[in-house]
Amino acid sequence: MAFSKNKSQVDDGLKSELAKKGIVITTLNELYNWGRRSSIWPMQFGLACCAIEMIATACARYDIARFGAELFRASPRQADLIIIAGTVTKKMTPQVVRLYNQMAEPKYCITMGACSISGGPFIDGYNTLRGIDRFIPVDVHLPGCPPRPEALLYGLQTLQKKIDSQDFRKAPWYQKGLKREYAIPDLGPKGLIPKFNPEVWQPREEDHRKEKYGSPMVIGKKTKAPDLDAPPKQPKAPAPKPPKRSDDSAPPSKEA
Amino acid sequence: MTLDEVKRHIEKHLPGVALKPVRESLLVENPLDLPRVVEFLKADGVLQLNYLSSVTGVDYLTFLECVYHLYSMENKTYSLQLRVRVDRENPHVPSLVPIFRGAEFQEREAYDMYGFQFDGHPDLRRILMWDGYVGYPMRKDYKQEDSEVLDRDDIEWLQKHGVSVAEEHIKMAESLQTGGESEQPESEQTEG
Amino acid sequence: MFEKMRVKTKVIDSGKSGLDTQTLEVNVGPQHPSTHGVFRMTIVLDGEVVKSLRPVMGYLHRNHEQIAENITYSASMPYTDRLDYFNSMSNNQAWAMTVEQLAEVEIPDRAEYIRVIMSELTRLVNHVSVIGFLLNDMGAFFTPTLFAFREREKVLDVFEAVSGSRMMCNYLRFGGVNRDLTDDQLGQIKKIVADFPAFLDEFETLLAQNEIVCMRCQNVGVLPAELAINASITGPMLRASGVNYDIRKVDQYSVYDRFEFKIPLGEKGDVYDRYYVRMLEMRESLKILNQALEQIEPGPFMAPKVPACLKNPRNFKPPVGEAYGRVEAPKGELGFYVVSDGSKEPWRYHVRAPSFINLTVLEAMCIGYKLADAIVILGSIDIVLGEVDR
Repeated sequence: MAFSKNKSQVDDGLKSELAKKGIVITTLNELYNWGRRSSIWPMQFGLACCAIEMIATACARYDIARFGAELFRASPRQADLIIIAGTVTKKMTPQVVRLYNQMAEPKYCITMGACSISGGPFIDGYNTLRGIDRFIPVDVHLPGCPPRPEALLYGLQTLQKKIDSQDFRKAPWYQKGLKREYAIPDLGPKGLIPKFNPEVWQPREEDHRKEKYGSPMVIGKKTKAPDLDAPPKQPKAPAPKPPKRSDDSAPPSKEA
Repeated sequence: MTLDEVKRHIEKHLPGVALKPVRESLLVENPLDLPRVVEFLKADGVLQLNYLSSVTGVDYLTFLECVYHLYSMENKTYSLQLRVRVDRENPHVPSLVPIFRGAEFQEREAYDMYGFQFDGHPDLRRILMWDGYVGYPMRKDYKQEDSEVLDRDDIEWLQKHGVSVAEEHIKMAESLQTGGESEQPESEQTEG
Repeated sequence: MFEKMRVKTKVIDSGKSGLDTQTLEVNVGPQHPSTHGVFRMTIVLDGEVVKSLRPVMGYLHRNHEQIAENITYSASMPYTDRLDYFNSMSNNQAWAMTVEQLAEVEIPDRAEYIRVIMSELTRLVNHVSVIGFLLNDMGAFFTPTLFAFREREKVLDVFEAVSGSRMMCNYLRFGGVNRDLTDDQLGQIKKIVADFPAFLDEFETLLAQNEIVCMRCQNVGVLPAELAINASITGPMLRASGVNYDIRKVDQYSVYDRFEFKIPLGEKGDVYDRYYVRMLEMRESLKILNQALEQIEPGPFMAPKVPACLKNPRNFKPPVGEAYGRVEAPKGELGFYVVSDGSKEPWRYHVRAPSFINLTVLEAMCIGYKLADAIVILGSIDIVLGEVDR
């Protein structure tokens, strides 16, 4: 994704010349964004497998602290960034949306892993939400199952670029009438009510996956239950003792 | 001990209990006998099956089945698989929680997924899905909702919460309401 | 620590003392730093003492069983990785063993050895991480986890080399393993096994005699052996209560009968025993690994005479029947119950998840202890939500 950097009035060459002399010229915007992007506090919020990779990213080998984002806060009130690390189930969705609502502005969201983007391998389940972007806006999507720690670092850098591209004069969180709290869905008799928030997400025009592969969850595909009462078909495969292979200089084989 | 010997052993000590071998397991013909059988197996000096490993519900379309895997902590060579069969509409099975605490969560799960009614269970609630969920999702005839389309409940909810809904969604919901279920043709399924 | 708790108060009938006392109902989770995922406990507190505790789960219920009943047998293999996402290799092994039992497949020796090596490495990873997290729960914020994850990364490098993925290995196949171990990889494993005892000694020096660890863990969350058996507890938790039951010894599956190793047992069944049994189990795992690495011989890594059904795994149709396969996973008995109707998809697929059933006794262990102890007790059970909720 290409974010346009904020344009500075001062020539870059002049800036670096001055910097050699120990004079730093900057704009308020740059300073402001530099501060924000260098100290992103993510929320300590793990849902599933990806959370383990998130922890691994915070540990010594990958060391997310190099990017200023090592301070995982357990409270949404103190966090700038929510990393949705793992499958969001329908049962968990109201809590996730509530947590996002509770975060203070400016707030960002990274979806980590296939599940939180679209449902991933579990997309067909009855309790899987097909992507958290149905209820809250997402800044960076991070594919993988799970994404490697390097990928999370890349996602974080992408977010930093996005932060760099923002202008505090136009920043939505300084404008009046900002509404960045989203409706928290209810748990209904068969799933969530509503199924998605049309203000945030709209169904795709064409559902490529459905057209091409269909859904494996088809009712009535099997009409005959297995009959375990019937004796097993013994002579299905005529299985006399398999002849010993010559290369099988056997260590004592296990009793079956 | 072979399966036949175990069957005879139980029937000798518990007259009136009807057992039937099914593959490598014993079917307790009357589900009400199950606690008696399990209690006997647990206390029996020979078998000592004092460890209930797993409780599983299975849907066989015409009936539901509950499968129990019993092992022994002392006598480590023998294990036994028991099963009971109940009616789909009225699946009452006596609970094993008074005998084995370990059945507690597993029976709740079987209730949640298949709708077994475990009589005597101290706290039979849904465990994985939420209270208020309707239907038993692991049954073979459970129909999932279509999560791509808003229906009328959703529209009402959204309007109540002050979320603007586009006209097309409302129209779609209305058409679903009048045209019955949003039936996708089920035969179009392709090999994944 | 308890940012996400909602507090409800209600006045309880004043007792004999004539004082009004109140109980608090506290919700810990589902978003809480010490619930190891999205687990929730509804705790009723009298002062700081736990009166009752109700676990609430299902926040990560992602329909593993339903999906598995609609896809082919071999397609379930990557899904088993995501059950207990610390131990993908053990999960693979349990599922492969169950299907091999169903289809009566013989596995070559080398494949069995590779499986044992991988599942013992997995045990190291799991135990070392869980001890790190347990200390995290006690308040040693993140430092022990840093130690643990340093060692974990070394093992993950091996997993990545052999399977292509760090966590979700999807390495085992029905009838063997996906690909052979090279000598380089065996050397890498040997080096890990050789270096690991030094780390364990270091870890143990820091923890075993540590005054805070002792005070927080000893005589906390005692689980009597009788209750443990009755509640179907398995794994290190059962053995910490002094019950000698390890499926590796009982069933002697795979090639575990060829190794000499002991089963560490606890005395009291408190949190400290559960921690220490895991430490000792890692040493036993190293013993097994050493023997396996010595005994492993070149040979086929996939069953050479597989039935025709295994040649094309997507079209694999086992005969009508049922099977229950179980292994000693790091968290306890991991079992798969599968019913086949002779088609490509299983008719019934059930996972007997150890950490789900181990939670049965959480309330019994926590009652009478302080709220802070309840967190430590939960940490000592070693749950992974992917497996609890499936």
